[in-house]
Amino acid sequence: MLARSVLRSARMAGNARSSLARTATRSTTSSSIDAASEAAASPFRLTVAGTATTALALGSMAWYYHLYGPTLYAMTPQEEGLHPTKYPWEHEKFTKTFDHQTLRRGFQVYREVCSSCHSLNRIPWRSLVGSSHTVDEMKAMAEENEYDTEPNDEGEIEKRPGKLSDYIPAPYKNDEAARAANNGALPPDLSLMVKARHGGCNYIFSLLTGYPEEPPPGATVAPGLNFNPYFPGTGIAMARVLYDGLVEYEDSTPATTSQMAKDVVEFLNWSAEPEMDQRKKMGIATVVITSALLALSIWVKRYKWVPIKTRKIVYNPPIRGNPGDRSSAGH
Amino acid sequence: MAGIAGGLYNSIFRRNVVFLSAVFSGAFAFEIGFDQALSKYWDWNNKGRQWKDIRHKYVENEEE
Repeated sequence: MLARSVLRSARMAGNARSSLARTATRSTTSSSIDAASEAAASPFRLTVAGTATTALALGSMAWYYHLYGPTLYAMTPQEEGLHPTKYPWEHEKFTKTFDHQTLRRGFQVYREVCSSCHSLNRIPWRSLVGSSHTVDEMKAMAEENEYDTEPNDEGEIEKRPGKLSDYIPAPYKNDEAARAANNGALPPDLSLMVKARHGGCNYIFSLLTGYPEEPPPGATVAPGLNFNPYFPGTGIAMARVLYDGLVEYEDSTPATTSQMAKDVVEFLNWSAEPEMDQRKKMGIATVVITSALLALSIWVKRYKWVPIKTRKIVYNPPIRGNPGDRSSAGH
Repeated sequence: MAGIAGGLYNSIFRRNVVFLSAVFSGAFAFEIGFDQALSKYWDWNNKGRQWKDIRHKYVENEEE
């Protein structure tokens, strides 16, 4: 080892000497820089150093990627649930309102199917007036239900028929009663369901129409649950409810499963954001006005900046020369 | 161009009272016109989708 290093140093000294000689010979051509770098470049050491640094760099990158690169998922794909299909909902477009005929059918589906388990606590009867039903229709529907009165003179609470200002009644008195009636599972309130679930309309539509005939082989379904690939965890307490011809639409639309699901999903989107039609209209007005104002402000800015942008700064140096010349020029 | 500018100056900008009332009444008129134009476009774009388009079906049915 020692001998080898001695040998190498001797060789390096030889290199240095030869390069020195070359420098001396070529000093007239002033290429001494090339010669100096050749002196430092012992090819073997350079190769070793380059290989080692490259290996270090690649290794640290690989280690960093190993530590922080791969995405970690807290849940398995089964626990996440199948991603819902994206459907081209007409009412989700930028300038489109709800189709109020659809809202009317969707409310019929909710009333005849969903409302036996799911509440719609945030929707009063009055909010459907002028949106999908007439005043008289809604009054009649509200009167079919009984509500508590204010305490009378004896402090007794009596029953009265519903008014437009009452909220759509829930199927169960409270959450505990709902759980007891549904095998321990709580049917969630549907008022804001489109906003409350990832995927919104697509998720609910996929869920309602996505029940397979029977669970696929290998899937385990807990007792009392049903298999639905779109539901996170795939075990859902709600069984498939929408079957072809379940309701009879008054406008004689064929009541297929997907038609009912589409109608009720759009209705639930309305119940989650009943202000949507007005909001989109105001949004368009805002965009039109503000873009006109933006164009105007850009024009004003350019107008005001024109003298500054187009000015030319010229420096005229003072005339230098003999004082005698200048005085003679002055005369 | 100079004639238009001069006329504009003499008729509107010369007296502050006239100028101010022109600004306010212009804003008022623009708002009405803009709202009407936008509503017209909105109803055309959403033809048959809004409640006012299907309302007649149900009101008539009830009166029969």
